Amino acid sequence: MTQTEILITIAMMSLGTMVTRFLPFLCFPDNTKAPALVLYLGKALPYSVMGFLVVYCLKGVSVTAYPFAAPEAAAVACVACLHLWLKKPLISIGAGTVIYMTLVQLVFV
Amino acid sequence: MISKAFKTAFPYTIPIMTGYMFLGVAYGFLMNAKGFGIGWTLLASLTVFAGSMQFAGVALLTSLYHPLYALLLTLMINARHLFYGVAMLGKYACTGRMKAFLIFGLVDETFSINCSAEPPEGVSRRLFYFFVTLLNYIYWVSYSVIGAAAGQFIRFDTKGLEFVLTALFVVIFLNQWREQEKHTAAVIGVVSSVLCLMIFGQDHFIIPAMVLIAAALIVFKKRIGAEQRNGGHAYDAD
Repeated sequence: MTQTEILITIAMMSLGTMVTRFLPFLCFPDNTKAPALVLYLGKALPYSVMGFLVVYCLKGVSVTAYPFAAPEAAAVACVACLHLWLKKPLISIGAGTVIYMTLVQLVFV
Repeated sequence: MISKAFKTAFPYTIPIMTGYMFLGVAYGFLMNAKGFGIGWTLLASLTVFAGSMQFAGVALLTSLYHPLYALLLTLMINARHLFYGVAMLGKYACTGRMKAFLIFGLVDETFSINCSAEPPEGVSRRLFYFFVTLLNYIYWVSYSVIGAAAGQFIRFDTKGLEFVLTALFVVIFLNQWREQEKHTAAVIGVVSSVLCLMIFGQDHFIIPAMVLIAAALIVFKKRIGAEQRNGGHAYDAD
């Protein structure tokens, strides 16, 4: 690709991203006038989307090939248990990450 | 007032600062390895600011020139942002001149915090949203430039560090779960996503999952509407 073509490709990626981010706000500039269904989705979506994001992060994990998602399952379980126990987000997140890194670097290599 | 909002916002962004260290440096390093210098990495991170899309973009930049395909692929990968916008219509309604920047920076991680965090009494919401957005933007741009400049010198084994973002979403998911008495909306999110991942595979499941989530939320509207209460307090950093 020439420099101009690279520039245009990056511009397209930027344009596409910004369309997905700005579109809802452009469609409903005044949120009080948005249709009731959109307002309802706006309230309910955060709960569904967080589940989606967890799955999205783990989408590349295979349950049929070694190590059969074991590091991910163990680390997610640790995060969940620690968090339900201590309720300190940064501790749950930090410890879970250290456990995961240990598992993928030293145990399941 | 400004420093109070900053001090409140910063701890929320610590997991993101950590996660972007891996992703941003890896991105800059990859761009560099494919022959794109710091300037290109900086430009892409400044103007696109979408982690997974920028990784997919490396493949676009190294294949045949096809701008329309680049646009369509971006729309497909980032379609999930439409949901973030719909969910933030209310919270970002009264943010004045900052609104455009807040929307520009509505990445997964910023959304997860701004949609679920409840800044304490006396902290300006719009400044809180602003600092979460700005800090995450700065982390992403800085790390990707560092990766482009020094990727080959960084020896620290960061394998697995990206899990910090998964852990962040798991924690917010659990907080939301505890906050709700019934869990229809959360279950819909997980089940629809897993189902579509199994059927369509990891490269094509985003849009089907979004359609299924929206459809299921509409079908169960009565039930979820009755469960809805005030949506705040799902995530407190300490």
